[in-house]
Amino acid sequence: MPTSALRTSQVAPPSRLAAEDVSSGYGGKVIVRDVTLTVPDAALTVLIGPNGCGKSTLLKTMARVLPASAGQVLLDGRPVHDTPTRNVAKRMALLPQGPTAPEGLRVRELVAQGRFPHQSLMRQWSREDARAVEAAMEAADVAQFAGRPVSELSGGQRQRCWVAMVLAQETDIILLDEPTTFLDLKVQVELMKLLRRIAHEDGRTLVVVLHELNVAAAFADLLVMMKDGRLVSQGPVETAFTAEALAEVFGLEASVVADPVSGRPVCVPIVAPSLAVAAQ
Amino acid sequence: MSVAALPRGSLFAWAVPVAGVAALLLAFGWHISVGAKTIPLGTVMEALVAYDATNFDHVVIVDLRLPRALFAVLVGAALSVAGALMQGVTRNPLAEPGILGLLIGASFAVVVFVGVFDLAPPALIPLVAAIGALAAAVTVWGISTAAPGGATPLTLVLAGAAITAFLGALITAANLLDEETFEELRVWLTGSLAGRRLDVLPWALPWLAAGLVIAFGAARQVTALAMGEETAVGLGMNVGRLKALVLVSVIALTAASVAIAGPMGFVGLVVPHAVRLFVGQDYRLVVPWSALAGAAYLLVVDIAARMALAPVEISTGLVTALLGAPIFVWLIRARL
Repeated sequence: MPTSALRTSQVAPPSRLAAEDVSSGYGGKVIVRDVTLTVPDAALTVLIGPNGCGKSTLLKTMARVLPASAGQVLLDGRPVHDTPTRNVAKRMALLPQGPTAPEGLRVRELVAQGRFPHQSLMRQWSREDARAVEAAMEAADVAQFAGRPVSELSGGQRQRCWVAMVLAQETDIILLDEPTTFLDLKVQVELMKLLRRIAHEDGRTLVVVLHELNVAAAFADLLVMMKDGRLVSQGPVETAFTAEALAEVFGLEASVVADPVSGRPVCVPIVAPSLAVAAQ
Repeated sequence: MSVAALPRGSLFAWAVPVAGVAALLLAFGWHISVGAKTIPLGTVMEALVAYDATNFDHVVIVDLRLPRALFAVLVGAALSVAGALMQGVTRNPLAEPGILGLLIGASFAVVVFVGVFDLAPPALIPLVAAIGALAAAVTVWGISTAAPGGATPLTLVLAGAAITAFLGALITAANLLDEETFEELRVWLTGSLAGRRLDVLPWALPWLAAGLVIAFGAARQVTALAMGEETAVGLGMNVGRLKALVLVSVIALTAASVAIAGPMGFVGLVVPHAVRLFVGQDYRLVVPWSALAGAAYLLVVDIAARMALAPVEISTGLVTALLGAPIFVWLIRARL
């Protein structure tokens, strides 16, 4: 898959995953309202928005963890909620927010769970599964921890193990719910580099919910902003990540400047110098 | 070590299960040989292979000791597998038929049934126990989901404790009101393998078999569910169906063991945790090893129950509780 697909064919990028007028929520409470989103193939799509804006709810609805109260999510043209769940799992993987592994589980055992949809009572562990698990651990750079308990690793290493698990599922589409939360900035950047590589080099489609604005701006191919359950704007970072958009969506007064190295936009909150400092 | 981590056909892969089964058989033979009169292992083998009705030792072995050993094997395996499944599905290290109130629910139902109908048909006892266990499970689940914060490991355990205290009090009250009927149930209610329920055994076996078959079949999915519900959905699992299946299995296993031996506490807590230390978190290994280790564990506990204060015999359930309570405390400190 060429990585420039998004830029060259802006009108109708090829897409296997789309939300059509989706509303959803918990119990009777509607959180996401009438969201329509076409996820470009082989690209890194990032969902951002203030807390409670519905970005995670939208992701969970696309992943069929939550039902859609209205509208539908289409995977390869078929409603994902009506497709046999194992069949979906062979094409689309999900890394939930803040996953926890059972005490004592080893890294290789965790990654091996990614093979679940490819196995059955009749067809248990195969050579193909072993190859996929090794390849996934290699790609996520956790092979050196294979025999260690997941709980012994640092936050960033642990998160890479979970990424390896969804990689072992070998799906073209991967959804990740706030994979960088609670990680140091350096570790966040490393994880996002890994995700970008997966999208651009392996041609997989990634949808990631993020919290950190500048990390989103640095890595997104398509940036989607949500507020109060609605989709406010979407587009390439250059056009979507503007001071106006940040003010509207986050209520954040910020200057958006170009990063001198990559040329991508970066936001800097506008803070007037404190009076005490100004007086000196 | 998981199955995945072991090279195929390695010596370890088959030698360990063989050694496990051998250890179980040894415990089984030892259990039969121990008693008021110690019978040599050779005679035990002889009685099982070439039974001689005129040999008094053979009669003792086959009529008295063999059923008791079988009870220990069946109840130990059933409760351990039930505990393992409950811990995996609820992601609660303290989940177990006893702690979550299923044993007392099943026992209470049996007590009422036997108390009301003087000639309670043994065929119905496992069914009555299953209804009691299910009612208790639903009640405990209901109480803990209604609690602020929902069904956490802590609220589940507290709800189980409440049900256990409540039904325990009712059983004691009934006991005081009608001592005659309860004379027979008194020992059973402490968890006993002393063999009064031989008539129930054939009726408990189908429940036990069904529970074990479901448990073995669902093991792979329980491993994946232990990663969390959203992860399991992402992996393509039908979580609702799996939970229903596991509930059926746990209820059947609990009902069968209560029908045979009364409420045998803590077996389902101790054994799966010990097994996980050795085989890891893969339930395709945890479930069969829990069955094997649970059977061996209860055999050894029952030997201790008969030997500790010989010739006086302690109820087996009391010994499992004596061993289980400290482990329970350790788990609260280490895991909750």
